[in-house]
Amino acid sequence: MRELPAMDNRNRRLDTALAIGLAVLVVVPWYRIDKGFLSFAWLGDFPSEASVAPGILQIFLHGRVWLIGVLVALALALSARFVADPMTRGRLLAWAGGLGVLFLVLQGLAIGISGWNWTMADTVFGPLRDGQPPMGAGAVLSSITFVLLFSFGLAERGIMRGDAFVVSTISILVFLVAVFVFYPIGSMFIGAFQDFDGSMNVDGFSRNFVDPSIWSLDCLIGGARCGIAWRTLFLAILTAGASTLLGLAFALVATRTRFPFKKGLRLLTVLPIITPPFVIGLALTLLFGRAGVVTKTLAATFDIEPGRWLYGLTGIWIAQVLSFTPISFLVLIGVVEGVSPSMEEASQTLRADRWRTFWRVSLPLMKPGLANAFLIGFIESMADFGNPLVLGGSHGVLSTEIFFAVVGSQNDPSRAAVLAMILLFFTLSAFLAQRIWLAGKNFATVTGKGDSGAHIALPRPLSIGVHAVVIPWMIFTLVVYGMIIFGGFVKTWGLDNTLTLAHYAKAFSVTIRDGSLVWTGVAWNSFWTTMEIALISAPLTAAVGLATAYVIVRQKFAGRNLFEFALMMSFAIPGTVIGISYIIAFNLPPLEMTGTALILVACFVFRNMPVGVRGGIAAMSQLDKSLDEASMTLRANSFRTIRRVILPLLRPAITAALVYSFVRAITSISAVVFLVSAQYNMATSYIVGLVENGEYGVAIAYSSMLIFVMIAVITGFQFLVGERRLRRENRISGLAKQTLPVLTEEKTA
Amino acid sequence: MTRSPGSVTFQNVRKTFGAFTAIADLSLTVEPGTLVTLLGPSGCGKTTTLRMLAGLEHPTSGRILIGGKDVTMLPANERDVSMVFQSYALFPHMNSLANVAYGLESSGLAKKEAREKAEHGLELVGLASMGHRLPAELSGGQQQRVAVARALVLEPQVLLLDEPLSNLDARLRRRVRTEIRELQQRLQFTAVYVTHDQDEALAVSDKIIVMKDGEIAQQGSPRELYEAPASPFIADFIGEANVVACEVIDISGANATVTVEGLSHLVPSRGAKPGLGKLAVRPNAIILEPAESAAFPGRISHAAYLGDHIEYEAETSGGTLYIVDPSVDRPLATGTPVAIGFKNRGIAIIAD
Repeated sequence: MRELPAMDNRNRRLDTALAIGLAVLVVVPWYRIDKGFLSFAWLGDFPSEASVAPGILQIFLHGRVWLIGVLVALALALSARFVADPMTRGRLLAWAGGLGVLFLVLQGLAIGISGWNWTMADTVFGPLRDGQPPMGAGAVLSSITFVLLFSFGLAERGIMRGDAFVVSTISILVFLVAVFVFYPIGSMFIGAFQDFDGSMNVDGFSRNFVDPSIWSLDCLIGGARCGIAWRTLFLAILTAGASTLLGLAFALVATRTRFPFKKGLRLLTVLPIITPPFVIGLALTLLFGRAGVVTKTLAATFDIEPGRWLYGLTGIWIAQVLSFTPISFLVLIGVVEGVSPSMEEASQTLRADRWRTFWRVSLPLMKPGLANAFLIGFIESMADFGNPLVLGGSHGVLSTEIFFAVVGSQNDPSRAAVLAMILLFFTLSAFLAQRIWLAGKNFATVTGKGDSGAHIALPRPLSIGVHAVVIPWMIFTLVVYGMIIFGGFVKTWGLDNTLTLAHYAKAFSVTIRDGSLVWTGVAWNSFWTTMEIALISAPLTAAVGLATAYVIVRQKFAGRNLFEFALMMSFAIPGTVIGISYIIAFNLPPLEMTGTALILVACFVFRNMPVGVRGGIAAMSQLDKSLDEASMTLRANSFRTIRRVILPLLRPAITAALVYSFVRAITSISAVVFLVSAQYNMATSYIVGLVENGEYGVAIAYSSMLIFVMIAVITGFQFLVGERRLRRENRISGLAKQTLPVLTEEKTA
Repeated sequence: MTRSPGSVTFQNVRKTFGAFTAIADLSLTVEPGTLVTLLGPSGCGKTTTLRMLAGLEHPTSGRILIGGKDVTMLPANERDVSMVFQSYALFPHMNSLANVAYGLESSGLAKKEAREKAEHGLELVGLASMGHRLPAELSGGQQQRVAVARALVLEPQVLLLDEPLSNLDARLRRRVRTEIRELQQRLQFTAVYVTHDQDEALAVSDKIIVMKDGEIAQQGSPRELYEAPASPFIADFIGEANVVACEVIDISGANATVTVEGLSHLVPSRGAKPGLGKLAVRPNAIILEPAESAAFPGRISHAAYLGDHIEYEAETSGGTLYIVDPSVDRPLATGTPVAIGFKNRGIAIIAD
């Protein structure tokens, strides 16, 4: 009889983790190295120099005595290695790991560069002679080792059927989400109550919180203008309402009429994915701005004074409706198609005419979908940063006001934090409303059984009505996008309309000097940075997202629903809020990342991850769970199961997640503007800079280039996925078609 | 397939899902080399029992032993069992050969060796030429056989089968169950087989364990269960039966005399005590219109012609009886008054 190597396995993985833990303490620099760990410039000073010394030397040579806690936790884990009883051993390990992580977190938060951060600790333990720099490779690797030890301990106690891989995955995901989502948001909340020097001070909070420029309701009683919070709210409601109605009209035309350009209509849904968020606003200024085509024509023919009406809520509203109608269209196509034709046929056999059928059957069945589209539009509008930045001028909305509170002359982080809290409150309320109110109200009547019959045609007046809305709006959208292409080739918009390639040349020129290629265009620097960051973050996003999806769909554990809910909630966190919370959290020890590429990558991974999670959940719920179980009973552990069974079957979902996170990393702006640095400037923030300097031509040329690159990437990937589909069983290939819409549905600005 | 088969023991196993108790307190043994069926209506806990044996669920308390070794806390991939799933769970992206080789490779066999064994496994189920086909390119019966081969090539101590025939059409089901039984007897492995179909259970098993509400209702050989049901539930679940009230008048040795509606019958006593009791009467043990002396009156309330027999329902003073009557040449119309009697075989005292 073959002896199954259960205990050997356990010892082997524990030995590995313990060895890594010890090695990290002895050979890896504990604190952050200014020039970057991966440059390995520190090797020269290693190990004696205090700035690059490993943990063990920090304790005994450089006075960081408190780090002895790490040694203690590690020793505890080491002692567990020699305990025979599996339950006791598991408990010891879990305690050692848990205490290790807790200790590292606490000491990181408590001890800053110049000593204790907390006055309470100062009085209890006495002042420290020396503080500590931010955590570096050693500290980070050590934390991860402790998380693993903790997981192994739980697994040995039989948690998750004793599957160490699954427990470790869950623990690491929870750890990462805590560090990169909840810690920044928490820091932001605390930041609202702090002064520049970090001391507690509620003045800033109370001053800003009751600020009439935020909360005033003057406009209702005939005054000049309402507070910024109310204006943002009104704008969001108007945008959501308009884009929902337009989206519904588009969806009805696409599914219930004999409109000849349905394919073209569906292409509209791709637009919001590939359009950097401020581009619509930019195009609108070319049309309706003071030097815009329409404004000039009207001035010339009807002698209408060119106005500044576009720069304010009206302009933002138009831009947002243009931007978000395709999203609402995408959501509502599914809703309109989801109404079972047999319901409508039943209604007709019950002597209802088309009007009555539409009003009493079809529309009520679509109501939850409409509410969903409205809430998505609402959150999108709230979170939108690009359009208000270009069009808002001095009449901003919350998201831009947050930005100006940090970067402008005000430089009031407390104000930014308060505004971010208000914005977060609005979007999270909408998200919660969506979750709670729409739960269980989904009437989507697709049953999977053959539901024959065709959707009935719209009542004639309604049909004329939706066409009258859709066709002009479609033309308007085409004109706006036409502007984006065309604007890049015009010398000086509105003044000198001669065609030129100068803007493209300025942005993307390449010369050959001394036989080598020189990227002389002004855009290349940020372009390559963008590509690099996007390429690094895309696979990470997909990996984290799909791992999370696997854990949520396939594993049952305490707090799973909470975990999923918290992740999905991060959808509703506007990019501006993420941006501000990241600079507040990661500007000081224990984790200092501002100005590096790392912070951009982290931001993209954890901002776009929920999309990967959604896509992964959708795809994975279609894979029969018995496939995993079969693999397990065939002696494969869960790692092998994932690698050999789940991943190959999820390939389309993986591709979709990769493409989506790549594209999103290129187009996003709201969080990015806070996080870019001279060394790592991203395309979008560079373009916004160009717009602020009035260099519209180059800005537009650069934007069109980005759109072109993204179209190329998306078609490339679609082509690859499409090719796979041919060789695959139908049930599986269905995933490919479904995932991309699922992803686009969740786009947030 | 030369390994010695293993035994299975459950000791006071309890399994709860939140507030729901799936298995209250289950103890059972499976002898090495036998095929034991867990039979019961849906929700009786039979699948949970099988999944605990596979390691896909862990018991809340109690112990599980396979081949005498305690495996209670071992995960599925470290147990020496393998399983045929109801849906087969063939990996759709691997061909049959890769599916069969998968478990061998997971066990650490070299690619070449795994491949050879997998080919041998496919040969065993008569699919040697189908190795390159994807599951989608196989018929339902072939998929099922690949699933069996995939589980068997691991030479597990115990093979688990979870409703392996439920996705096959009725005609194929009979053939495949014969094949499975033949394979089991030829290779002498231990098998635990879950089904809700009593015909299937009777046809393949050495021993049947009937479960109800997470407990064992009765266990024994197919013959014991059919001929000596321990409860009205078993009597009705195994082979259908009319349960009628009777009185045990006299017991002499292994036989008992019972009366139903005034008619006496001699049946095996099986520990029955004198007094009121219950009698299981198989539908085909009821005679319509027998000799006047040995009959009680009834009236046909429903009749259905089924080719080789006619199904009747008859109202009597003791309740409705379900009757299977082979004499198709003499159909009785609804409403016909009849005289009812019992044959001597096919009736049994229920030892409640």
